[in-house]
Amino acid sequence: MTAADVVEFIAGFAAAAEAPVRTHTTVTAVRQTDGGYHVATDQGDLGCRSVVLASGACNLPNVPPLRQEVPTSIACLTTMEYREPSQLAAGGVLVVGASATGVQLADEIRRSGRVVTLSVGEHVRLPRTYRGRDILWWMDASGVWDERYDEIDDLNRARGLPSPQLVGTPERTTLDLNVLTGAGVELVGRWAAIRDGKALFSGGLRNQFALADLKMNRLLKTFDEWARDNGGDADTGPPERFEATRVPASSRLELDLTRGEYSTIVWATGFRPDYSWLDVPVLDRKGYLRHDGGVVDAPGLYAIGLPVLRRRKSSFIHGAEDDARDVIEHLAGYLAG
Amino acid sequence: MGESTVNNGVNVEALLAARAALTDAPEAAKFKWRASCTWRNGTHSTSSVQGFSGLGAEQNHKTEFSFDADHPEVFASEDRGATPVEYVLVGLASCLTAGVAAVAQNRGIQLKSVEAKLEGDMDIQGILGIDSDVRNGYSGIKVSFDIDADATPEEIEAIVAQSQKRSAVYDVVTNPTNVAVEVNSTNSAR
Repeated sequence: MTAADVVEFIAGFAAAAEAPVRTHTTVTAVRQTDGGYHVATDQGDLGCRSVVLASGACNLPNVPPLRQEVPTSIACLTTMEYREPSQLAAGGVLVVGASATGVQLADEIRRSGRVVTLSVGEHVRLPRTYRGRDILWWMDASGVWDERYDEIDDLNRARGLPSPQLVGTPERTTLDLNVLTGAGVELVGRWAAIRDGKALFSGGLRNQFALADLKMNRLLKTFDEWARDNGGDADTGPPERFEATRVPASSRLELDLTRGEYSTIVWATGFRPDYSWLDVPVLDRKGYLRHDGGVVDAPGLYAIGLPVLRRRKSSFIHGAEDDARDVIEHLAGYLAG
Repeated sequence: MGESTVNNGVNVEALLAARAALTDAPEAAKFKWRASCTWRNGTHSTSSVQGFSGLGAEQNHKTEFSFDADHPEVFASEDRGATPVEYVLVGLASCLTAGVAAVAQNRGIQLKSVEAKLEGDMDIQGILGIDSDVRNGYSGIKVSFDIDADATPEEIEAIVAQSQKRSAVYDVVTNPTNVAVEVNSTNSAR
């Protein structure tokens, strides 16, 4: 789907659902009242017995504190501010973060002819297609996407996983670190500190690659086993294994930000939710919502659309459907009770 | 292979309980590790460790451990102990090995033997001040594990990768750390 297709899809859903959607209305505060909640908006206030928080997990760029120490000669952009390579000043670009957005931007900026260095921490590697099918077909068909939140070993970890290194293109090409290396992007380790105007990177790059390759291969093995046991071998190609992520002979440990070779840093370091308008004490010490499968720790307050809310697919548009059914069932019980 | 039959000598239940407890009490998770060092003669010194703090209290090892460090005779020293850079390799090796045991236990994998060999490359033109472009420390460290366990090669690789991911010394060695050195000076001859 292109961005325009997605917009059309959502507009179509709004028309079909005929829900009273209030567009151009910003919620400024939600607080508890005796029988429910008071919702303040810039278009007037609302009272309700129940509230579903569907504002998502990606409201604010999550930029590490070392941004404060970046020399002022370097322009800093978050992925929310970046639009295209032509907006960047001449010079090299350091892209920080190798999840979906980071690898896509590193690729795009490199294609514009610039020197690009990509700082790589923990990441999730996936091929775009596997055995002739889109990787998301496999996630869906094999049941990985339906894995429930109460069956996952380390739920906090699952909820904090970086987005997989995928790009959606008509050609359905894979965009992994080997592709970027082939395109001339330099890979360095996780950015650990700035000292004397120099960015210092971790020497642990090799293990980041090993972890991602091992996890990808475990997932592919899961798919192979599912295909073998469920007749999936008939309509898919033979099992594949991909080249291990190539380790640079010697990854660079520091980069001098004061020499003028690099003009720009693009922070592709993820997002965090913004609950500054939520005046209910339901956040943990790191600012994330405390909830059990979307049932928030305050009567009548619910959440939907957060990572692994109830299933691995929870934060995808089609993945919220089953979650919505579960959450609404609880909500209806609350309103009835 | 069930976890109940696997015994690598690691009390994973206790570690997981500590993890759960410290998630709710982050202050207790703050530890301070300490060492002290006394100069003997030449490049020979003796370091010791005993007390540390953590879990909201002062703690102690069962006994004091001490470590002699020196330089070898090729450096015109008396070789009364391992060189400090070898202690770095010792720290890295023992941290990764402990991690291998803990991760294997947690994953229900029985270890039979774990051997690690470490090698650090160093160009001593750095420490001798011959060439300022050469760093003092290791230019690279190679760790090679030989592991015999009831597991597939992929499972063993994954244990070693996870051990690196959770290793304190691996982190210290691969990432920069701010070091503050203070001096209290006296001149007892005066």
